[in-house]
Amino acid sequence: MPTPQTPANPLKVLIVDDEPLARDRLRALLSDLSAQLSSEVVGEAANGLLALEALRQQAVDVVLADIRMPGMDGIELATHLGRLEKPPAVIFTTAYDNYAVQAFDLNAVDYLLKPVRVQRLLAALQKVPGPRPDASLLANIGQEVRGGGRTHLSCHERGRLLLVPIAEVLYFKADLKYVTARTVEREYLLDEALTHLESEFADRFLRLHRSVLVAKAALAGFEKAVVDDAEAYGWALLRGVPEKLPVSRRQWAAAKALVKNS
Amino acid sequence: MISIRHFPATYPLPDWRNFGVMLRLLLGVNALAALAALVQTPEIDGWMGQYIGLAAVVEPLLLLCLGLLSLSRDILWRLPLRVGQACVLALAGGVSAVFVLYARSVGLVEAGGALRAMLLAMAMAALLLTYFELRSRAFSPVQAEARLAALNARIRPHFLFNSLNAVLSLIRARPKEAEAALESLSDLFRAAMRDPCELVSLADEIALAKQYLALEDLRLGERLAIDWQIGEVSMALPIPPLMLQPLLENAVYHGIEPSAAGGTVRIGIEQKGDELWIAIANPTAGQAQHAAGNQMAVANIRERLALYYDLEARLEIEVGDNSYEVRIILPCQRRKLPPTR
Repeated sequence: MPTPQTPANPLKVLIVDDEPLARDRLRALLSDLSAQLSSEVVGEAANGLLALEALRQQAVDVVLADIRMPGMDGIELATHLGRLEKPPAVIFTTAYDNYAVQAFDLNAVDYLLKPVRVQRLLAALQKVPGPRPDASLLANIGQEVRGGGRTHLSCHERGRLLLVPIAEVLYFKADLKYVTARTVEREYLLDEALTHLESEFADRFLRLHRSVLVAKAALAGFEKAVVDDAEAYGWALLRGVPEKLPVSRRQWAAAKALVKNS
Repeated sequence: MISIRHFPATYPLPDWRNFGVMLRLLLGVNALAALAALVQTPEIDGWMGQYIGLAAVVEPLLLLCLGLLSLSRDILWRLPLRVGQACVLALAGGVSAVFVLYARSVGLVEAGGALRAMLLAMAMAALLLTYFELRSRAFSPVQAEARLAALNARIRPHFLFNSLNAVLSLIRARPKEAEAALESLSDLFRAAMRDPCELVSLADEIALAKQYLALEDLRLGERLAIDWQIGEVSMALPIPPLMLQPLLENAVYHGIEPSAAGGTVRIGIEQKGDELWIAIANPTAGQAQHAAGNQMAVANIRERLALYYDLEARLEIEVGDNSYEVRIILPCQRRKLPPTR
């Protein structure tokens, strides 16, 4: 139910930009707008990771996010926000990212060009209490704007959003309903499709089996199965963890060649 | 928007209707025919006779070709240069083959294969086309100048708008700093819009680079560290304008901005014998996109160096595990620029 913003019920804003002066400017503009629109800056973050951290402490109505940031950029931040139960509205701020901006025109996600004009900011914020773009649109924005390329995966655990750095994942395994990601420390349940993961991270992961993607760097060796059955033609050994992964007959040669060449 | 890609960097086919071009063609073809006659005759006495016999075939052929080329000039000009040249070759070869076959059938000449005539005519046409192309290259400083101008004006819009945004933010809180930043910004754009044919002193280029870095420092703060290492070098040495700044911009864009912790950009300038060495190094944050963007600016500078110095300057790139270094090596002596007015 949209509610008008009053001083008693200000719009909660999170500002995400790696440049301190750019954050200061948004803050100044928001305070200039206080007569027309009541808002409260509840946090600032220098990149997407820190923004997600801040969101764990505090729910917000709107995230003003720069696109180009170190660590985790604005577009990836938006994809993770799209996986939250109640995603905040996202307004991108960008100096000059031609392709991204074109893509947002198609996606109807709002964006502001830097230097930001106060009237434009007001117009964007006034749309916030209205209908939100649906979460799946946000979650897929990275895929649409630049065809994937996330640095982290997100998963929910007891209502919390956890981030799994792609670089730490040893393998993905698909079970009946879920995909699990294994790092050296533990497993994570993901809400992802194995085929999507395979195409998004094709340079990093290799398919070993109908249900298994392995990080190429984690492969340590292979052993032939004692009994050749439908489940596994052989087994792949990994660095860092004791489990073995099944390798199908089809992938056996390709996987072995990869290890030999590395 | 007009970009350099929209200028075909070509040297058009000659204007066959131009008197000078016709004269050159007639003289050129006849000189070649005379040479051919000399090759064919063992004794110098028979030369003139042989030449006149050859001219009886060559002259009508040449006039016919010239006529056809004049008629089709506008069509040929509309084609891409290489396609146009191929058409001219095909025309010369085709016309001479047909002509020789015709001449044999009416008994003008008694012997001679059509294929041989065709190859000779095409070789002659190729020689003359090459001559015209080289000539137009040598006499077109305008094109070199336009190319330089197009290559020079390259400051990333990303940098401009982010800087303006930072300045806007400073205006209220720290107006003095905002003023200084706008002054630096205007100097930078003045440099970018300056006549690209004029060399600047090394001192000016370094001063400009420092202004640029001051602007980046405003935006990036502690994330950006700069290490200047200037050796024994004369600050009055002339260098092409905007050599340092685009490389620094690259170093910041690819080396510092993608890293949350930031890093150090190292700038080394020294004189080694007759050469000026400028080296700019930045850390790489394991960025996959690193290469593509960098290559454009580097290719740009490489091309400008070629226009200024031809083969006397070079640009080297060294990609380490965690670093990326670009070195420019320029000849030190004062020299005139190739594009003259």
